[in-house]
Amino acid sequence: MALLAELTHRCPLQCVYCSNPLHLERAGGELTTDEWLKVLTEVAELGCMQVHFSGGEPAARRDLEQLVQGAAQSGLYTNLITSGVLLDDVRLKRLSDAGLEHVQLSFQDAVAEGADRIAGFKGHAKKLEFAKAVRVAGFPLTANFVVHRHNLERLPAMLDLAVALGAQRTEIAHVQYYGWALQNRASLLPTREQLERATAIVDEARTRLKGVLVIDYVVPDYYARRPKACMGGWGRRFLNVTPSGRVLPCHAAESIAGLQFDNVRERPLRDIWHSSEAFQRFRGTDWMPAPCRGCERAEIDWGGCRCQAFALTGDASRTDPACALSSDHARLLEIAAEDAASSGGNFVYRKFALSDD
Amino acid sequence: MNGRAIAEGSSQPKLAPHRRLQFDKARNSWTVQAPERAFLLDEIAHAIVSRCNGEATIDAIVDDLCSTFEGAPRDAVAADVLKLVQDFSDKGVMTL
Repeated sequence: MALLAELTHRCPLQCVYCSNPLHLERAGGELTTDEWLKVLTEVAELGCMQVHFSGGEPAARRDLEQLVQGAAQSGLYTNLITSGVLLDDVRLKRLSDAGLEHVQLSFQDAVAEGADRIAGFKGHAKKLEFAKAVRVAGFPLTANFVVHRHNLERLPAMLDLAVALGAQRTEIAHVQYYGWALQNRASLLPTREQLERATAIVDEARTRLKGVLVIDYVVPDYYARRPKACMGGWGRRFLNVTPSGRVLPCHAAESIAGLQFDNVRERPLRDIWHSSEAFQRFRGTDWMPAPCRGCERAEIDWGGCRCQAFALTGDASRTDPACALSSDHARLLEIAAEDAASSGGNFVYRKFALSDD
Repeated sequence: MNGRAIAEGSSQPKLAPHRRLQFDKARNSWTVQAPERAFLLDEIAHAIVSRCNGEATIDAIVDDLCSTFEGAPRDAVAADVLKLVQDFSDKGVMTL
């Protein structure tokens, strides 16, 4: 079991596909150091093995080292998922001393111009510098690239960059269309031909780089025939705690209207995991409608993604439209064709809402 | 860049830095915790990985396993060990 600890929504970057919700939490609402330390103890007792410190940019929290130390003391394997732009070798040393095990560094592109445009921030050069510091500090490095229409042609350069930086692992993840990415779908979605070229490049690189670089590849649902096993199934192996302490079965779950999420400030985490309405709602297979119900893949893909079903059909309890067996699949293919052919508009950059200061 | 390391009888495998053997109570299984993933180990895999200390050679590990699990054919044990170690090396979990 793993915890995604979204320590904060604060981040210098404004990536147009940010996985944070559209309504971002401000610093004043964030859990305190002691509240996070309690969460980390509670998840370890619940059986969690790994914690992914994420955000926003987790290094925007000055107590990051303290939280890593708390997690390590509870026996958790600690990952840091970072943009790298707020960190340097001094802080890396402190994180190492605190017990950090692994750094996952996000890149927006293989070249600065493309990367900085997507992030709305000049950060690419700093990331390259930080990647070197990660390796010097002795951490395993994962280079994470989110890919889309505007950077797919540089996929070979991304793989070369990952190797050159000494990463042993890279994630090539096509944008998943929720939240901010959904706002920008018509500007980001690749064509099916672009996707097929990318997949062929990854296949070739996996063979060529065997034993040098592990490539994890996430394809876009819009061209799939079967849905992904989102989060390994709702409430099975994964939980997310938001900056203000709400506990979610996945980081996008708050996009589903009508679901209420409990808060670690008000209810023990064990109790939320086992009994809360939100976790029980889509856990297992009892909730499934046709064609999931009785499907031989029901316990393989767990009905796909609830957030996607909601985003595309308005009903979170329908089969994920990414499944070719779904009656909504044809509509998904239409959307993909329309958006991939669209020139898109101006990007909507991730930012805090102007109205709720 | 380094090339792919190939496991052989004289290799001295061990878990790479920041990968560790840990028991998962929730799944009731030994695991190797590694960046962004955990590898579940069955009884045989655990017997192999727990012997990979960076000093024992693969040949010595095979001898040890054969004496621990009496009656196991040496060729089959050796093939299992080489396969697991090569796989974990390819995934960056072990160094040779």
